[in-house]
Amino acid sequence: MSSQLTVSTSPHVHSEFTTRSIMCMVLLALLPSGIMGIYFLGLRSLAVIVACVFACVLSEYLWQKYVMKIQSTISDLSAVVTGLLLAYNLPPTIPLWMAVCGSIFAIIVVKQFYGGVGCNIVNPALAARAMMLISWPTAMTTWTINGVSGATPLAAMKAGTLGKISLCDMAMGNMAGCIGETSSILLIIGGLYLIWEKVISWRIPVIYILTSAILGGLFNHGGGFYPCHEILTGGLLIGAIFMATDYTTSPMTAKGQIIYAFGCGLLTALIRTWGGYPEGVSFSILIMNIAVPLIDMYTESRVFGAPKSNFFKRMGAK
Amino acid sequence: MNLPTFLGGVHPHEGKELTENKAIEKLMPDSGLFIYPLSQHIGAPCSPIVAKGDRVLVGQKIADTEAFVSAPIYSGVSGTVKEIAMKMTISGSVENCIVIENDGQYEKAPALEKPKNSSEYVKLIREAGIVGMGGACFPTHVKLSPPKDKVINWIIINSAECEPYLSCDNRLMIESPDEILRGLEYVLEIFPNAKGVIAIENNKPEAIKTLTEHNKNSNISIIPHKVKYPQGAEKMIIKTVTGLEVPLVPALPADVGCIVLNTRTTWQICKAIEEGMPVTERVISVTGDAVAVPKNLQVPLGISVKELISACGGFKEEPLKIIAGGPMMGLAMRSIDVPVVKGTSGILTLTKKLAYISEESACIRCGKCVEACPMHLEPTFLDHAVRKKDYETFEAHGGMNCIECGSCAYSCPASRHLVQSYKNGKAAVNAKRRKAAEEAKKKAEAK
Repeated sequence: MSSQLTVSTSPHVHSEFTTRSIMCMVLLALLPSGIMGIYFLGLRSLAVIVACVFACVLSEYLWQKYVMKIQSTISDLSAVVTGLLLAYNLPPTIPLWMAVCGSIFAIIVVKQFYGGVGCNIVNPALAARAMMLISWPTAMTTWTINGVSGATPLAAMKAGTLGKISLCDMAMGNMAGCIGETSSILLIIGGLYLIWEKVISWRIPVIYILTSAILGGLFNHGGGFYPCHEILTGGLLIGAIFMATDYTTSPMTAKGQIIYAFGCGLLTALIRTWGGYPEGVSFSILIMNIAVPLIDMYTESRVFGAPKSNFFKRMGAK
Repeated sequence: MNLPTFLGGVHPHEGKELTENKAIEKLMPDSGLFIYPLSQHIGAPCSPIVAKGDRVLVGQKIADTEAFVSAPIYSGVSGTVKEIAMKMTISGSVENCIVIENDGQYEKAPALEKPKNSSEYVKLIREAGIVGMGGACFPTHVKLSPPKDKVINWIIINSAECEPYLSCDNRLMIESPDEILRGLEYVLEIFPNAKGVIAIENNKPEAIKTLTEHNKNSNISIIPHKVKYPQGAEKMIIKTVTGLEVPLVPALPADVGCIVLNTRTTWQICKAIEEGMPVTERVISVTGDAVAVPKNLQVPLGISVKELISACGGFKEEPLKIIAGGPMMGLAMRSIDVPVVKGTSGILTLTKKLAYISEESACIRCGKCVEACPMHLEPTFLDHAVRKKDYETFEAHGGMNCIECGSCAYSCPASRHLVQSYKNGKAAVNAKRRKAAEEAKKKAEAK
């Protein structure tokens, strides 16, 4: 033995998960629906994706290097995920400068101002989308497919007409909508992959999707009970699978995740049926994001061996 | 088949294939210095009862104390006491040790006096220096003397051996099943109303088969359970076997009517009662990817770790870390020039391929630690509290119940040094409690 031995605290072995590998798997799961989006909605979509990802990574790098003067964390790929998710939530016709503004807002204001990865209180991509929706309402809600502009199925449902799009087209993604949200089947496959790899748990996506589909149907959204339409249109799938499951802004305990997912589903159904916008996924998740610290506080798990206590009693104790 | 288990835990790479099929080899060197630290157990350290220049024999008591929570120390070789001095031990600390120069003759001291009946077993177990040989080294006679008001319903032999890479208990079960079964029967004589259970992780089919075949006692059952770390943690194995949860610290297994003993400890109990043999040797898995030929070695206590490595053909690759014990809870060693003690179950040599060294990054709140924690704590939350030196929050949210199994740090994608944090937190709380107790005592004296 020539060199010295390394001494450190146990454990001395580690699972293969790293922040980077998790982000890699999320990117991989997102890839197919993006390709489908480009196929159906045109090459313009690709330009939006590139602009968002590039702007996110570059703004994180420059901020950390020149403002914070700390080592850059772009290699953990979280900025790439934010950029991609933001792009997937934009219409393909969005002017690129707006997409870049949104990306900078997501990284600098929502993520870095709060302390960087793991510290943001709301999902950066969703917060940026909400900011853009308020700032540039027309550009954010103009949809075209095959060169013809038209209403999204959700807007049609809100108006009380189901529209002419078949459930099959909805499942494949052949409809007007944001770049990454239209291809339901590929989003579901991506989600199953993440659950299989244990990157996310089934709880948030399944409970969220079922709650909003059933409640949306019961609220008579679209003029009848159409749970499948609720699931296959708008941003519900991408929101439930990829945005609501964002680690940093979702609860850590099983109980907390169930409450959070139910809350997201309820708010989505409420906004879709009676809100001012046709779509409510972004706002629902943002609102529930803010509630996460509160949910975490009240759903702390019972320590092994501690006496079983009543949930409401604990609410009173705090 | 749905095997019993507990909630939480992780599945690290087992690595048992390196040693699980290797029969125990005896290693008895002809010469060399054998070193015996005076504190090889939890409790009061012993005082030497031999002096420099004395000749000692195998199985001769060399150190003892009057304290109840302690265990005497025996020589594993015959030879001459060379010195009593401060030496580095396996944990890296420098402690008072007895150094014996081995003459290679292995001349035996007279056996311990045989017990007349079961009421003398506990006394003999203390006399034989038996401690928890899984690594914790808690004196066994203390475990076997629960408070009078506690009813003991279960004697559980912890043969989970859930630490990856180690297989010394597995080999012992395969090669001496009768001694382990008889050891358990002796303990059951002390607690006639208790049931005996040998709990084994399901990845040791040969051991399960051998013990089941040899077991003739209807009061003893062999229970295989799910392969999951930390299945062998005392509280987890009790939960798995009985469904009961040991209450929060400072509660003990006896509070739920259980006594948990290690496999090797049970073997020692049998040997002490039948042959009057004290703890002078043990089986150690020398394994990992750095050592040339991984082996299970039976060695006299006090032998240098260096000798174990050379008995296994030295290193084939340069080790980055050498660990006393398993990879999840073992201690990283500073040097291999240290002696084997009662609690040394394995010497794990890891090259940089297997040993994990990585930089901490920010917590991303993924919740993997929460899912992994077998004590159902929220590790990342406790970690934040300790780093802010907010020990009150750490204590209020159950931090003192952490068993330091390392499941959280194992599964953390940001490589947070979580176990280090809890160790710091627990030490700080304990220091605070000691200080408060001292002040209370001073106040009482002043009055």
